[in-house]
Amino acid sequence: MQPVGAVVPLRVDIAEKTFRSAQGVSITALQDLSFEVRQGEFACLLGPSGCGKTTTLRILLGLDKDFSGSFQLPEGGSDRIAAVFQEPVLLPWRTVEQNVRLALPKNLRTKNLDGLFDTLGLAGMRALYPAELSLGLARRAALARAFATEPAVLFLDEPFASLDERTAERLRHLLLTVWSARPTTALMVTHNLREALMLSDRIIVLAQRPAHVLGMFDVRLPRHYRNPQVMSDLLRSFQQKFPGVA
Amino acid sequence: MSAPDTGDRPPGAAADTSSQSGLAAALTPVLTVAASLLGLCLLWGLAAHAWPSRAFPGPAQVWQVLLAEAANGDLFYHLGATLGRVAAAYVVAMVVGSVIGVLLGSHRSADRFFAPWVVLFLNIPALVVIVLAYIWFGLNEAAAIGAVAVNKIPNVVVTMREGARALDPSYAEMAAVYRFGLLDRIRHVLLPQLQPYLAAASRSGIALIWKIVLVVELLGRSNGVGFQIYLYFQLFDVTAILAYTLAFVAVMLVIELFLVQPVERYATRWRRRPA
Repeated sequence: MQPVGAVVPLRVDIAEKTFRSAQGVSITALQDLSFEVRQGEFACLLGPSGCGKTTTLRILLGLDKDFSGSFQLPEGGSDRIAAVFQEPVLLPWRTVEQNVRLALPKNLRTKNLDGLFDTLGLAGMRALYPAELSLGLARRAALARAFATEPAVLFLDEPFASLDERTAERLRHLLLTVWSARPTTALMVTHNLREALMLSDRIIVLAQRPAHVLGMFDVRLPRHYRNPQVMSDLLRSFQQKFPGVA
Repeated sequence: MSAPDTGDRPPGAAADTSSQSGLAAALTPVLTVAASLLGLCLLWGLAAHAWPSRAFPGPAQVWQVLLAEAANGDLFYHLGATLGRVAAAYVVAMVVGSVIGVLLGSHRSADRFFAPWVVLFLNIPALVVIVLAYIWFGLNEAAAIGAVAVNKIPNVVVTMREGARALDPSYAEMAAVYRFGLLDRIRHVLLPQLQPYLAAASRSGIALIWKIVLVVELLGRSNGVGFQIYLYFQLFDVTAILAYTLAFVAVMLVIELFLVQPVERYATRWRRRPA
């Protein structure tokens, strides 16, 4: 399938991001962080906990404007961004389907979502409220919301971090299924190396705080070849290239 | 409501027992309320019988006056006038108070500046506001309703300010990323989060407002329950005073049972039922 939408790549060039605490202590979270994600590419931002991955994502999502530097989001196509947050962040007072439709632009509110709900195994749960869903199902609803908008770029912030490994694994496969049907430029933050190797075309490795790019690791192998044997080979070559990371 | 499913009980049997106990459970509070009110009436009747006085009529006399006032139409005319003022003042107070409260709750510096104003207005006696409103704006409907609303607005501001402080920023961020429009943000993100605070402000609001409306009517209006009570006070007719008071309390009770509570149940339908 041809990548849809994005013509311009995602380009990030953050010179510095500093937090100032209430006591006046300042912490530099990001410094000279620059990388690029090619169009239609699934990239992972891999780094140790607390190194500033989520901060980077918040800047790209436009939620944090207090930084120096610049970034460029992919343009063209729907010109929209979508995000899957660490928590599902579904509106508890709206049903699963209403949550998904509310994220759509007005002219697409009534579009047919049967296929998406079916793929994600949510067909029977469209009328449920988020409180009635398990954590895994709530993540699927969050994925459905992100993909329904047909974004030009998709950001994922450790979306499977608080799940048990089996559920997380199933959701990773679901994510790949939905993503492959319409390969969107995607940037996913994770500290889980296996997850990154399984999902991404390229891994952007970040150093400890202040975060900057340590290097890139390209996974050129198509995803359906990444069986356990291949994965452990990938793991080994990653560790050779980046000893001490993850 | 529903107990956790404990085993392989056939679903039909479970439904049967729960519908029976459900009916009893639904009737018990109603019966309790009825018995409680009946007990109060009985106590009142006994007391009126023990100390007979023109200033302390029994429930039967009050009921007769109530029927007479209802028959000649006065009761409904004055109840309607008062209810209209209560509704108008309630809407004005809730809208203005909510907007100010949410703004103060979400802007710390504005809150710091205006907090003393809120305390000041909270502590101005209702009577002073009413008298000043009548002096400044004349003995008219707008002054009456405005005076009642001004009395209530600081309470709404304080409650809604707490509500705005408790807003979860993650929902607002989600709405920003997915580019919700302003109306969608208010309707689907802001108001549902503020709902418990709106309910609290409404509850305390209606009770306070109708009491102040009576004072407003007493001081400067020519109809309404407050006007009637003042009239019968001058005639020293306690029976009629009690009749009007009880009629209005009954109306407010009906509004609570058939308007406020259903609306609240609808607004919180998404919450998981307590087990």
